[in-house]
Amino acid sequence: MSTEVKEKEVIKIKPAESFLSKRRRKILVDPLDDNNPISIQVLGICSALAVTIKLEPTIVMSISVVFVMIFSSLITSLIRNYIPVRVRIIVQLAIIATLVTLVSEFLKAFNYEMFKVLGAFVGLIITNCIILGRLEAYAMGNKPYDSVLDALGSSVGYAWIILVVAFFRELLGSGSVLGFKVFEMLGWYSFPTNGLFVDSIGAFIILGLLIWAQRTRNGYIEN
Amino acid sequence: MQQSNLYIISFTLIMTIFLGSLLSFTRMQLGPIQKKQVEIDTKKKILGAVMDISTLTSDEVLNLYNEKMKSIVIDLDGEEIIQADGSKLVAEEINIQKNYKIDPKERKYPVFMFSSNGESVDYYIFPMFGNGLWDWISGFIALDEKLNTVIGVAFDHKSETPGLGARISSEEIQDRYKGKMIYNQINELVSVKMLKSENNKGLGSHEVDGMSGATITAYGLNDMISHYFECYDPYISKIKTSPRSLTFNK
Repeated sequence: MSTEVKEKEVIKIKPAESFLSKRRRKILVDPLDDNNPISIQVLGICSALAVTIKLEPTIVMSISVVFVMIFSSLITSLIRNYIPVRVRIIVQLAIIATLVTLVSEFLKAFNYEMFKVLGAFVGLIITNCIILGRLEAYAMGNKPYDSVLDALGSSVGYAWIILVVAFFRELLGSGSVLGFKVFEMLGWYSFPTNGLFVDSIGAFIILGLLIWAQRTRNGYIEN
Repeated sequence: MQQSNLYIISFTLIMTIFLGSLLSFTRMQLGPIQKKQVEIDTKKKILGAVMDISTLTSDEVLNLYNEKMKSIVIDLDGEEIIQADGSKLVAEEINIQKNYKIDPKERKYPVFMFSSNGESVDYYIFPMFGNGLWDWISGFIALDEKLNTVIGVAFDHKSETPGLGARISSEEIQDRYKGKMIYNQINELVSVKMLKSENNKGLGSHEVDGMSGATITAYGLNDMISHYFECYDPYISKIKTSPRSLTFNK
């Protein structure tokens, strides 16, 4: 206990921490693998199932989540000392909801096709527990730059998982990658596409395999 | 200080006003662009029923549409709807989904006409709306100048099963409608029906090969098409008996 306090004091006294110090690198890299929001914390599963049928909407979704995550963390962290504790969740939600609405409006204006495909799912970023979770657990108590790093790590950790899931779902379910019929290009015209992967069940299967592979590699032990 | 009720109320008030203004400002700025996107989308669907527009850019679609398409809004009797102040309705702004929910007699029916030379109509395009298996389905059916042969169709759906009912929006299924007839030889309305199961042999001129595993969606399509052609029938027979000189006043 006492050593912890000492460490914190030491950090405070330091004139300037390097731009990407070891501690900060850990904040950034941890959620990508060891503490991944989807595969380890099992958060944000619903959107991971819903938008991953094709790769292209998944890319748009990933960019949207990264954007909302980073800016909501930054804003929350900047005003963290002014947010009344009793209404902090409402404030956080209002910030997230505003950013999500902005993303949705911009999408409708500049990429209407994608807006139609993603439809309600962009609005549902508000309920993505990863975002609210990081705001409450990290941005409320840390400096802006650290919070942005944490947000970037968590959102990219979310993004890479759904991109991998979407890649395999589109490949096996529709026989294409980003709309290109890869198997036909390779001369395999009778590739048997599997309808299971177009359904959410396919996402569960791939997500399960992904978690299995990751836990085996990292030697994860259930408590 | 932070915990006082006054502080909390002022904080939330300022936050609400700030975020609210930000959002309404964005909405005002983006509104016209969004409206144009919706317009392009509708016009693409209408043109898509008569030609392949996949290679055209949005601006080309709009130009082509403005040049070649005319539209009219009719009622169930097949007469053009003139509003109380003498103005006509804009067919592109009619919401077919909203109209579907009201009594057929009260509905406003848009009809789109494609003319390559600006004088005579080549194709008539009829929008329609109905129910699939899970949610709504909609479509545009283009008929030739004699108002009988199907030139092309464009179907859309909200949440039919991918790989099964969702195939109605694929080119493969839509091509099956080309060349089919809506009226029989003695000029009675028969509509066009999608059959159950796939690879049916000896299809008649009012029959379309079905989709395996999507019979309910197919029946939804059949109901939608026959219902709407019944509604459009008075207009179609009027045009057939007395071909109107078109009001293609440019």
